[in-house]
This record gives sequence, C-alpha cells and structure tokens, in this order.
Amino acid sequence: MSQNSKIGAGLGGVVLTAGAIAFGAFLSNRHQNRGYDDAANHTKRQPEGSNAQVGRSVTIRKPRAELFAFWSDFSNLPQFMENVEAIEAGADGASTWRIKAPPGQTVAVKTEIASKKQDELIAWRSVEDSEIETSGEVRFEDAPGERGTRVSLVMAYDPPAGALGRAVAKLFLREPQVQARHDLKRFKMLMETGEIATSARTRDETRAAKQENG
Amino acid sequence: MRALTWHGTNDVRVDTVSDPEIINPRDAIIKITSTAICGSDLHLYDGVIPGVAPGDVLGHEFMGEVVETGSASDLEKGQRVVVPFTISCGGCFHCKQQQYSACDNSNPAEKQDMSATLYGQPMAALFGYSHLTGGYSGGQAEYARVPFSDVGPIVVPDHLEDDKVLFLSDILPTGWMAAENADIQPDDTVAVWGCGPVGLFAIQSAIVMGASKVIAIDRYPNRLELAKQLGAEIIDFRETDVREALMEMSGGIGVDAVIDAVGMESHGFAIDNMFDVVKQKVGMGADRASALKQAILAVRFGGKVSIPGVYGGMTDKWPLGAMMEKGLQIRGGQTHVQKYTKQLLEKIEDGTLDTTFLISHRLPLEQAAEGYKNFKEQQNEWTKVILKPGMEN
Ligand SMILES: [Zn+2]
Ligand SMILES: [Zn+2]
Repeated sequence: MSQNSKIGAGLGGVVLTAGAIAFGAFLSNRHQNRGYDDAANHTKRQPEGSNAQVGRSVTIRKPRAELFAFWSDFSNLPQFMENVEAIEAGADGASTWRIKAPPGQTVAVKTEIASKKQDELIAWRSVEDSEIETSGEVRFEDAPGERGTRVSLVMAYDPPAGALGRAVAKLFLREPQVQARHDLKRFKMLMETGEIATSARTRDETRAAKQENG
Repeated sequence: MRALTWHGTNDVRVDTVSDPEIINPRDAIIKITSTAICGSDLHLYDGVIPGVAPGDVLGHEFMGEVVETGSASDLEKGQRVVVPFTISCGGCFHCKQQQYSACDNSNPAEKQDMSATLYGQPMAALFGYSHLTGGYSGGQAEYARVPFSDVGPIVVPDHLEDDKVLFLSDILPTGWMAAENADIQPDDTVAVWGCGPVGLFAIQSAIVMGASKVIAIDRYPNRLELAKQLGAEIIDFRETDVREALMEMSGGIGVDAVIDAVGMESHGFAIDNMFDVVKQKVGMGADRASALKQAILAVRFGGKVSIPGVYGGMTDKWPLGAMMEKGLQIRGGQTHVQKYTKQLLEKIEDGTLDTTFLISHRLPLEQAAEGYKNFKEQQNEWTKVILKPGMEN
C-alpha cells in the first residue's frame, strides 16, 4: 500500500471509529425515538457539524423481495455505490469492501453482517481491527398502494470537530450525506430503469466523469 | 459533428464537437432532420438560466432518423421520430401517473441537488437546457443521443413532412396542456397572454376544446394577426386597457379562464435581495410576473388560471388576496409531453390541428446564431425558426 493510501486509511479510521460507536448507540435508539415526534433520528436537528447519522429514504417501484434480493448480494452494490470499487464475498459470510481513496488508491474494509431479516433489513459493520471501521443498514418496507417499496439507507457518521474535520471528511470520504443520497438515487434508477442516467454524450465523457469522482 | 453551442450571454456558435455515442442500453442515436429554436431557448441566450456551461449543445425541439440503437431500445434504424423535450424513464412513480416531466430517474443523481435546493424536489431532465435539468446535449446539432428511447420518441408516418410533426416535441403539447390546465368548458371565454408559439397553440387548442370565445393579448401586430386567423379576438396591450377590455368582452362577468403564455420576462430580469440565499445556491433571482398578476385580476370569481409560461425562481407582490377571495384554481407545469404525443399526432393527421401556420423561417443549422439573434430581436416577423442540418446555405 502506498504512502497516500495509508494517510487516507488513517484519517478514515479516525472518522469511522467514532462513527461505529455512534452507530451502535443509534441502532439501539432507532425505534425508540429519543424525541417525542415520529421523525427518524437522522432528521433530528443537531448542532452544526455534529452530524452523527446520515440517512435517506427513496420509494422504488419494485417489489420488496426483489430489492432485498438484489441488495443481499453485496457484489451488486458497486454498480451504484460510487466510492465502492468492489465487494468480494469471503468464506465466513464476511465480505471485503474495496473503497476508493484519493488519489487513485483503494482501502480494504472487511465487514460482517450485523443483522439480517428476510425482505426487511440488512445491517453490516466492519470487523474488529479492520483497516477502517464502518457500519450501515438498509431497510425495506411496503409503500402504499402501487408505489412499490420504501428503501431507507442509514449510516452512522461522526466527523472530527470543526471546519477542518469537515474539510478532511469531504476530501477523504466525500460528503457522506451527499454520497448516501446519490447512491440511493442510483440504486433506484438501476432498479426502475435498468440503467443509471448519465448526460454524457460520449463513452469517454462517462469514463472521465467516473475517474474525476473516484 | 456540427452543433449549436452556448458560449455566453448573447453568444451562441455552430462548432464542431464530438459525435454522440450509445452509452446506456435504452439509448438511441438520432440523425437530426429538423430542430426548432424555442422561446425558452432565449432565456439561455439571455443568460438568465443558471447552470449553462460554455460548449453546451442547446436545442430541445428536434426530430430525425434513427441511426443507431442500444440493446434495449425498441426503435429501429431508419424510423422517423419526434423526440419529446422531457426525458422520462417510463418506470418511476411520476411516469406511471403520466407526469412525465417530473420523472425521478432522468436527471443524473449528481445533478439533482441544484434544483432540489430551489424547488424542494429535484427536476427531471430536459434536452439542451442547463445542468439544472441534467446537462444533456440538445438537438440543435447533426446528431443527438436520446436516452430512454423506448419511452420518449414517437414514430411518425412518412407522409407527414417534418413541419407538420416537429412541434410535437414541445410547443404543441405545451399549448394543449395549457388549455387543458385551464379546464376549458364549452361556453367559456378564455384570455391568453402572449402570442408566441405556445400562446398560439394554446389558442388553437382552446378553440378545439370548445371555448366560445378566445381573446389573445400581445403587442406584435403580426403575432396578433396569426391569433386572429385562428379565430381569436385580439387585444394590443399597448393600445388598450386590458382588464377593462376583458370585462367588457366577457359581459361584465370576467373571463372564465386565463392562460399566461408569457412567463418570466428575460429583459430587465430583476434580482431581489430577499432571495440571496437561494440565489447563491442556484443562481436564480426574482421573476417578473406582470402578465400573470394581470391575468389573476382579470379572471372571474371561481375562475381558472393556467401557467405554461416558464418561471424559474421567485416572484414578489403575489395577488394572494385575489387568489383566495376569488376562489381560483391555479395550475402550472412543465409539459408531460409523452402523455399527449399520440393523441395530438392523430389530430394533426385528421387536420384538426395545424402546426405550420406559425413557421416564419427555415435556416441551415450553420446559420443558427443568426436565427437566435433575429428570433430575439424581431419577434414580430420571426415567429418560429426551424433549423435544418444539411440544408443548402
Ligand atoms: Zn421549447
Ligand atoms: Zn420516470
């Protein structure tokens, strides 16, 4: 591993270790909201810069079981998760996520399934002494009428304090809120249309855009 | 290929750019035979729409021949198609409701944030119309890449020449939907502000829908004459007090429905300090909406207000009291083009609708810049311009 990716992994480690701790607390709180209203925890007002959880829901016009099955095969995720280059399944049910880290490097993260409920929930977290610690969950619920399925992706996130921390997070992990939103939108596109929209005119332009983002 | 590209305010040029390619399975490549300049292209030309970049290929009203198809396209090489300006996937919640211009999936994920900031929800994608709406290359070019080609393009029969069907891409369905949004009933008196292409098609549509009287309001004699030929009564707003005249022409009741086919005025486009936050994020300020305000005052109690004219940002001094006290219905919207193409093609074929009466100029693509300039500066004479790639200069 090069010098650069070590820096990336190191900073990521700091950020995501804090994230993983927050996530544990978050998971236990998710269905017993601390507030008195019914809004999801990640939409609670928080002091600036202390964005402990990021999350987003989309409605996808496909059956719950189909979406669950697609997501259950983690090797599908890099198709729409832009900063994940590949996810390889291991023998023990764990998998290795290869996450893009600038400039042009990847960081390997070994994750295990934290919880899984058929057609309802998949939660994952990085294994102990992984290079980076991370965790997330995706939930699938029937939407009303013929609207399909509501898909909610939630990840814990706790950036280092202050503007510098946010700048570092943006540089090395990209804005997680934005990333989560875009990834989910791409998932929806892929499921509803079979492709991911691009306004590029040429194939080279799409390649260039991807390299720029990676 | 050759294409009309944006370089800055009042600066468009025909340049050589890279040819479009099939990228996604549902794509098709169209060789363009006819493409029009639209009134809303003038907003880009005037530089009042944010998110346009130098080198962007403009144009959202186009048609042509299919020359290449992706593996999941249902088009075939050689077919003649008209392409709706709205890019729609056909599979999302909005598309299934036939609200095609609100498609969830056509604007690339990374381009949705800008319009979501402005409107609370991201916009769908349009061809050749700023990166707010996806940044897709438009059709004022020799070729265009058309995504979701199994949903948008409508195949047209060979016996209908381009001039008859080209406007299915935008202004004809836009005029039709404007009249539909005015909920026209058989004995209605309808007033239409603006006799540009959309206004003229709204007038024609309102008459087809059975309005007893349609009143057209504009300042250009030639455009008013076109409205008159369609069967409208006309008001020149430089000569006449519009509200007084409308009250008289509707027998003192007020008109039943009003259609604002003017939209934001690109000239003297004002910036309001109140909206600096939004403006910083998306670059849009306040829209002047004088035609719309006038329309709301002129419509009768319980009347219907339809807004096909393009507005982008905010407006102030909204006649909220009139809206509430008079019990008005107000409907706007980008056109759900794909919802209308089939029925309107039938109306063109059986002669109910004519689309050729407003075409004033046909130019080779190479003269597109001249077309923009004249369309903007000589609105009385240059009522609608069609560009034809390959046409002799
Ligand atoms: Zn148009
Ligand atoms: Zn759609």
